[in-house]
Amino acid sequence: MFDPDVLTMLGRGLMESLYMTLVSTALAYLFGLPLGITMVVTDKEGIYPRETLNWILGLVINLLRSVPFLILLVMVIPITRAIVGTTIGTNATIVPLVIAAAPFIARLVESSLKEVDKGVIEAAQSMGASSMQVITKVLLPEARPSLIMGGAIAVTTILSYSAMAGFVAGGGLGDIAIRYGYHRYQTDIMLVTVALLVIIVQVLQELGMKLARIGDKRK
Amino acid sequence: MNEEHPIIKIEALGKIFSGSDGDFAALEDINLEIRSGEIFGIIGMSGAGKSTLVRCINFLERPTVGTVYFDGQNLSDLTKRELYHIRQSIGMIFQQFNLLMQRNVLGNVCFPLEIAGVDKKEAVEKAKKLLSLVGLTDKTYSYPSQLSGGQKQRVAIARALATNPKVLLCDEATSALDPATTRDVLMLLKDINKRLGITIVIITHEMRVIEEICNRVAIIDSSRIAEVGRVENIFTRPKTSAARRLVFPEDRSMENLPGKRCCRIVFDGNSSFEPVIAGMVLDFRQTVNILFADTKNIDGKAFGQIVIQLPDNELTADRMMEYLRAKNLTVEEVDGYV
Repeated sequence: MFDPDVLTMLGRGLMESLYMTLVSTALAYLFGLPLGITMVVTDKEGIYPRETLNWILGLVINLLRSVPFLILLVMVIPITRAIVGTTIGTNATIVPLVIAAAPFIARLVESSLKEVDKGVIEAAQSMGASSMQVITKVLLPEARPSLIMGGAIAVTTILSYSAMAGFVAGGGLGDIAIRYGYHRYQTDIMLVTVALLVIIVQVLQELGMKLARIGDKRK
Repeated sequence: MNEEHPIIKIEALGKIFSGSDGDFAALEDINLEIRSGEIFGIIGMSGAGKSTLVRCINFLERPTVGTVYFDGQNLSDLTKRELYHIRQSIGMIFQQFNLLMQRNVLGNVCFPLEIAGVDKKEAVEKAKKLLSLVGLTDKTYSYPSQLSGGQKQRVAIARALATNPKVLLCDEATSALDPATTRDVLMLLKDINKRLGITIVIITHEMRVIEEICNRVAIIDSSRIAEVGRVENIFTRPKTSAARRLVFPEDRSMENLPGKRCCRIVFDGNSSFEPVIAGMVLDFRQTVNILFADTKNIDGKAFGQIVIQLPDNELTADRMMEYLRAKNLTVEEVDGYV
């Protein structure tokens, strides 16, 4: 059953899944990180309160987050086509993944940054730090362990989203699981892909925790 | 010291916080002058508004009305950038130390210099000098989580001094420390004041902190300044009830005392160690009940007070008070809760 062809396919699926996940995570942070920072900074209690802006951004984040990923995948097809030129394959899957993950990451970043002691921020301000200096020299470095933990959560969530992309021929392990397990009743291949996904999640999660612990000087 | 110009001048300052359940006046009509080079205390019960007041001095809180002058400059007139710059001349330390937990001690002390844009090598040099000033050279590469409370506050002091400030604001800086550590930190502040000539403003709810190092004190009570003056004057002759509550907190217990007539004897300077009470008891052949006695060391001079319960006989009681007055002591009758 596991002839070389199947193994090659699984190997390629694995690489595709990793590719989609890592590229999507990186791009989603590109949007999610500044968005999360903006949410914290413009909060009523933040260092640069802008309540209306904060409210609007919060609404957009909630709207995007309340759309189930499978539906979002279909909804953004026109956008995907406009950006990538096609709607199938790994590159096409990255577009909806980023759109779905960025608001999720914004919330993760927001909750990490809100853990930073208000007193430390006040101390920095008392030394004459500007808002930008508070962000780059206090908020982000002080929240680093928590941000890394959030990163581990984000990357594993994006991996599980990417598996769903199999329904629209998005490539990766999820695609294989659906084609062989669901359409052809080849349960064994599906189980192997699931096992591979479990292993990747384990590795990424552990790696994140370890990195967070090494970087944390509070203990 | 009296001739020197005020480094901080607060005029008709008020601060109102608007909340969902209406406005709350945290400060009302505050007028204060803090002189260059002095150690100035601001004392009050919690909720009196003292933390808000100290934050108005560096504009961490913008006053609703009134003006704050720092070194002659009206802070309300400054642009954001000018304000950032002036804050570098006003160091601040806090009750919870507020150190950066992810930076080591050296990194923490370098932090304000980094903000001020000082060259890194120069900053490290300066930081190391300050760490030796506060006696923490051996902890240079430790992280705050590895330090005791007293050590953390020393780091915070070194950090606050990094930009050569003219004023150091201390917001309940010793309230999280035990009595011995509090003393050490206060001695360090006194030393800094003497050696570097930095004006120090101390916010506290503890009278002993004021006694220990302050030259002058302002008592703040329910959003207003109740009394301002030299510590020994306020301490021996408090005029307002807010001041009395702080200086003689034990007065509360007198409510339940038997016998009606009590009097407080205040000692200043020389008479402190004369056995006046014992002499009086011998002369009158009448006993008195000592209800409260406390002597303290303020600025090297001995000060103290004793509260006694006088005999029931009115005449003897009156004569006893005359006797004490004749000894050049301040005597005042107290009836229960003052």
